[in-house]
Amino acid sequence: MFATLNPALILIVGALLVPLLRGRARSLYMLALPLAGLVQLVLLPSGEYGHWQVFEYTLTTLRIDGLSFVFGLIFFVAAFLGVLYALHVEDTLQHVAALVYAGAALGATFAGDLITLFIFWELTAVSSVFLIWARRTERAYRSGVRYLIIQVGSGVILLAGIILHAHETGSIAFDNIGLSGLASTLIFIAFGIKCAFPLLHNWLQDAYPEATVTGTVVLSAFTTKLAVYALARGFPGTELLLYIGATMTAFPIFFAVIENDMRRVLSYSLNNQLGFMVAGIGVGTELAINGTVAHAFCHILYKALLFMSMGAVLYRVGTIKASQLGGLYKSMPLTAGFCIVGSMSISAFPLFSGFISKSLILGAVAAEQYWGVWLVLLFASAGVLDHSGIKIPFFTFFAHDSGKRCAEAPTNMLWAMGLTAFACIAIGVYPEPLYAILPYAVDYIPYTTTHVITQLQLLLFSAMAFAILYRRGVYPPEIPALNLDFDWVYRRLGRRLMAVSRTAIGGTDRAIRQALHRQGLRLLTGLFRHHGPHGILARTWPTGSMVLWVAVLLGAYLIFYYAGAR
Amino acid sequence: MNEHQNKTADGGRWLDKPRNVDRLVYALYAVCALLFLADLLYTKKAYFGFENWVGFYGWFGFASYVFIVLSAKLWRRVVKRDEDYYERER
Repeated sequence: MFATLNPALILIVGALLVPLLRGRARSLYMLALPLAGLVQLVLLPSGEYGHWQVFEYTLTTLRIDGLSFVFGLIFFVAAFLGVLYALHVEDTLQHVAALVYAGAALGATFAGDLITLFIFWELTAVSSVFLIWARRTERAYRSGVRYLIIQVGSGVILLAGIILHAHETGSIAFDNIGLSGLASTLIFIAFGIKCAFPLLHNWLQDAYPEATVTGTVVLSAFTTKLAVYALARGFPGTELLLYIGATMTAFPIFFAVIENDMRRVLSYSLNNQLGFMVAGIGVGTELAINGTVAHAFCHILYKALLFMSMGAVLYRVGTIKASQLGGLYKSMPLTAGFCIVGSMSISAFPLFSGFISKSLILGAVAAEQYWGVWLVLLFASAGVLDHSGIKIPFFTFFAHDSGKRCAEAPTNMLWAMGLTAFACIAIGVYPEPLYAILPYAVDYIPYTTTHVITQLQLLLFSAMAFAILYRRGVYPPEIPALNLDFDWVYRRLGRRLMAVSRTAIGGTDRAIRQALHRQGLRLLTGLFRHHGPHGILARTWPTGSMVLWVAVLLGAYLIFYYAGAR
Repeated sequence: MNEHQNKTADGGRWLDKPRNVDRLVYALYAVCALLFLADLLYTKKAYFGFENWVGFYGWFGFASYVFIVLSAKLWRRVVKRDEDYYERER
């Protein structure tokens, strides 16, 4: 029984005991949960376990193979780092929500069939929204509601797709689905919503910056990477994904450059990083899938690190708006250092983790001779350097000194950031252990002369462009403002249309009711005139006239009868 | 000691001197120049022909960056609104 225990359940069930504990015991217990799950995952040999018979379908609740193992591993690591980063938080709700949410993402990753996937898919939505609501502001509440509607909506679309798919194929196995027909399209869209495809992306930039300091760190790791996993499992080699991915890498950059909320900048940046992974799935070769998995692995770490550093600033300074920050390296030197490690990792500097993973994807795209997509990805790499490599650390910790002075981040936050930063550098310097656990055998050497020099050229010439533009005053200043994105369609246009249609429908409705009212009144007065106390039909009639009328009626009947019989 | 700490906290850091920032920037320009010239010293392993143009990655990165920043500035004119844009009209 315990030998094949689902590692995800350790987090989900374990989380329910958290409210019973206090103080140090609770901290140790919460740190132990992801580690216990990790050990259980490593001990489980590859295979399928946890079969359940539900009506005529057999659920496979636990499948460990090359793909699910790597995602499971990094999800447990992210859960551990998230717990460590949030240890100072008193709010029990957040701890329970974070652990259940991480467990749900793991459960979905280990799902061998689509029904199990659906159940955990929805659980990630329902559990994670509490990390947004826990901010306990009106703004966060509204954002959370929008987030929940979209996330649950993704699940409903997924369910519709699964039902059709099961009806068409007779199978609920979660394997390569391939894009053809309505069923697979619905499943594809459901995955695409969670993966923040272009135009389906805005829940991410809307909700993540509104979550709590520690909640955003946890959120950044799971939902979107679960979607990447699901796409890699269900739709590898779907060419459409190549173009969706390329678009995703490029368009968020322009928003990130002019965004003032640093955690929103990171949300756009997260969207852009997902694009690289989606493009890798679109290529679908062994090298490309390896690249996507490796990039998801590294990305979870450096993106969490960046969100951690910005969270620490928000926690200490009370704001995360670039227009109010600057010069914080004097107060928070360690946080600044860890942030720079995250920035260099996401920018893919040699010796940092992004370098050894992104190059697999770019190499795979180039190997298949998609030169247009390749150029877009290269262009987007220069964009990454801008928003995550330079903008985040520069305008927070350097640039114009805001005069703000504060304490360094709490010790548990520093430990979480330090461990994550260490992992980013360790993977960058020594990528072999990561390469060894990828789904396919890796025949790739990242540190070649060509690769190191060309990558440094790309990054440092971009940095030079920043230096020139910034010093000449051309670089757009950080100003307090909001930038419209696609969510305008449902937050403003939709609201306006509702208002307009309400007026239109209301007006028509009133006109119809008034007309009916008038007609009704006329009818009533008519009835009153004929049937009322003085009406013609209310008079008392003599019996003779009654007999006369009956005779007339019978006569008429007789005439019609004969006419009909002819 | 205390006085020294105050001094460093309020503007006496190495980076607070514009001269030192200039030094950093010039060092960056120098490294870029060296990287550009480094292209002449080795044989590139390229997937596409255009990768072999001297300094391709350098000027492609530079041009991309300038394009991103300038077009984002234009984009800001279109999409910029007040911070409480969505809070109003409730």
